[in-house]
Amino acid sequence: MATTAMPVSGTGPGDGRSWFHRNQIAITPWLFLAPGVLFFLFYVIFPVFQSFNISLYAWDGLGEAEFVGLRNYEDLYWEFVDRDAFYTSLKNNILWLLLYLLAIPAGLLIALFLNQTVAGIRIYKSLFFFPFVISQVVVGLVFTWFYDPTFGLLNTIIGWFGLGPISVLGDERYVTYGIIAAGLWPQTAYCMILYLTGLNAVDPEQIEAGRLDGAKGWKMLWYVVIPQLKPATFIAFVVTIIGALRSFDLISIMTQGGPFGSSRVLAFYMFEVALSEYGFRMGYGAAIAVVLFLIMLCFIAYFLWSMYREERGAR
Amino acid sequence: MRSIIKAPLAALAASAVLAGPVSAELTGDLKIFLDTSNPAPRATMEAMIADFQDLHPDLNIETTVIDREEYKTQIRNFLTANPPDVATWYAANRMRPYVDAELFEDVSDLWQEPEIAENLASTKGAMTIDGKQWGVPYTYYQWGVYYRKDIYEELGLEEPNTWDAFKANCQAILDSGRKCFTIGTKFLWTAGGWFDYLNMRTNGFDFHMQLANGEVSWEDDRVKQTFANWQELVDMGAFIDNHQTYSWQEALPFMVNGDAVHYLMGNFAVAPLRDAGLTDDQIDFYQFPAITDGIALAEDAPTDTFHIPANAANKEAAREFLRFVVSADVQTEINNGQNLGQLPVNAQSSVDDDKFLNEGFAMLSSNSPGGVAQFWDRDAPAEMAKASMEGFQEFMVKPENLDRILARLERARQRIYQ
Repeated sequence: MATTAMPVSGTGPGDGRSWFHRNQIAITPWLFLAPGVLFFLFYVIFPVFQSFNISLYAWDGLGEAEFVGLRNYEDLYWEFVDRDAFYTSLKNNILWLLLYLLAIPAGLLIALFLNQTVAGIRIYKSLFFFPFVISQVVVGLVFTWFYDPTFGLLNTIIGWFGLGPISVLGDERYVTYGIIAAGLWPQTAYCMILYLTGLNAVDPEQIEAGRLDGAKGWKMLWYVVIPQLKPATFIAFVVTIIGALRSFDLISIMTQGGPFGSSRVLAFYMFEVALSEYGFRMGYGAAIAVVLFLIMLCFIAYFLWSMYREERGAR
Repeated sequence: MRSIIKAPLAALAASAVLAGPVSAELTGDLKIFLDTSNPAPRATMEAMIADFQDLHPDLNIETTVIDREEYKTQIRNFLTANPPDVATWYAANRMRPYVDAELFEDVSDLWQEPEIAENLASTKGAMTIDGKQWGVPYTYYQWGVYYRKDIYEELGLEEPNTWDAFKANCQAILDSGRKCFTIGTKFLWTAGGWFDYLNMRTNGFDFHMQLANGEVSWEDDRVKQTFANWQELVDMGAFIDNHQTYSWQEALPFMVNGDAVHYLMGNFAVAPLRDAGLTDDQIDFYQFPAITDGIALAEDAPTDTFHIPANAANKEAAREFLRFVVSADVQTEINNGQNLGQLPVNAQSSVDDDKFLNEGFAMLSSNSPGGVAQFWDRDAPAEMAKASMEGFQEFMVKPENLDRILARLERARQRIYQ
């Protein structure tokens, strides 16, 4: 907070005014922050510790919780060693993290393509942005029909080339890639809009100067344009990583984690064991949530650190 | 329609209630939570509750209908936090988490009353845990093999009574370029139905229940025999391709279009098949044939139930409502073809004149000597049901993984039942 920049009243301490009046300027920001901070503590920080705590118990959510120490984590470890559900979920989570990042270059490409002035460009821009506006549930349904092995468009198309039919969502080798592709569709649109606003802020004088120095094509893009898009890239990176780790709705709509659990990710697996129709293992679900939290923590720490560095650099 | 049958029904129900234990006039609030969210069951339930209201004008009845799938997860919250006086649920092990957590009221006293003790004897076992009864049933339905009669006639086939005839029919159907069975295993439970029948026919009802209760190893040879029988069908290519991507509803068109001939399903599949344009001349039903000689036939007949939460406020009115629901005339009315279209639980009720209901009722009452199971995901504990049905799905797609699947299920069994 830039409290030091505010003019401090001329009178010294002990001039007879109340404590609140004397410290008004220091206190006010905290008063304004208080509701938000309280909600954040109560709904975000407190449940984090609660999850840590529940993960040490065996509890069905209804009866008495039994303290089991680290046994839930031990079970997770054995599931990992046996290449069981937890291994599949973790592996799929990493696939999601890596492949979801393709949304960033794809979004940049489309943004560069659309960053021109022709008649009706606004319509094209909004058409490209459209997938981000529709709900994830609808995206999931559309792609489920698209992939349908009997009447789906995908198999009709590859049938023209004498290939197929393949059942993308029914084959444990392709299913995760199929769902990631569905997720990339709206995510690319999101990155595109971030880059389009970023491109508006690119300094035309620098482009001009680069052009005078003979830069064009890839060199112009790599050395002049992209460095100026750094803030947009950072935000696109953050939202894409978070989107990949939150990948729950598409899996729930498209496959229910199937076939035979091969498209699970940690978030979905947690839901399955703790909260779904057959799930009564709150402690185990909490242990999975803790693992997911630790993975997220790596990224959150990195984001915070680079934002902190940025702010220090700006001063 | 409603008003014509309502008056006599109310009168009959009134006499039924009068014949029962003396009941003081009921007052106060009665909160009822229902999971019957599909249009037809919802209307049935609402009409039934309106009749109950007419009998007890001083009672203030409040009905909440919750989406059937949502209900399965919401029940945990409302039973602990904000319990109604009456709630729907399912029989057998599906009740266990709530019984163990002391969230369902023990209603053994109702089952002592002659009205219920005599007429509902057939479902008493499904409502019993630890020697006590925890609710009352209000409807049940048969499972069995639904098939396209017109295709059977075209190919000159007959309803099979033996496993060999069953497979021979299937081969003839495959040779005609169709698939034998349609199924959609995306939501897993449909594969549980196949396992129920194959295991009960291969090893009998008692073994099936031992397996559901975790008393037998999944790597037992008898379990392997069940899967060997199943594999014969899988290897023939009897099931439609890519069933792991379809829900049970999405698997219906294969049968409607004649691409597949059978559907092993509950009686609730008949209504959508009729809606899709198949007439009763085109669809028919038979009992799943015997596999191992000398094993008594047993059937799946899932039962839907009413319970009183332990923390309910108006238990007196709730008990009266349960008596009302299971009374013979109400049972006849709510289960008829215009309403639920299923089987009444009261022995004094009459079954509606529908070919599938009649056949099913005859099958369950006279040709199911081995016993009546509730369905795999209601007989086995939730976790075991989930893990095993996932295994069944994997087996149907990749039968070569059987040993790994059974080893995994055995590990799950050791953990879940400990």
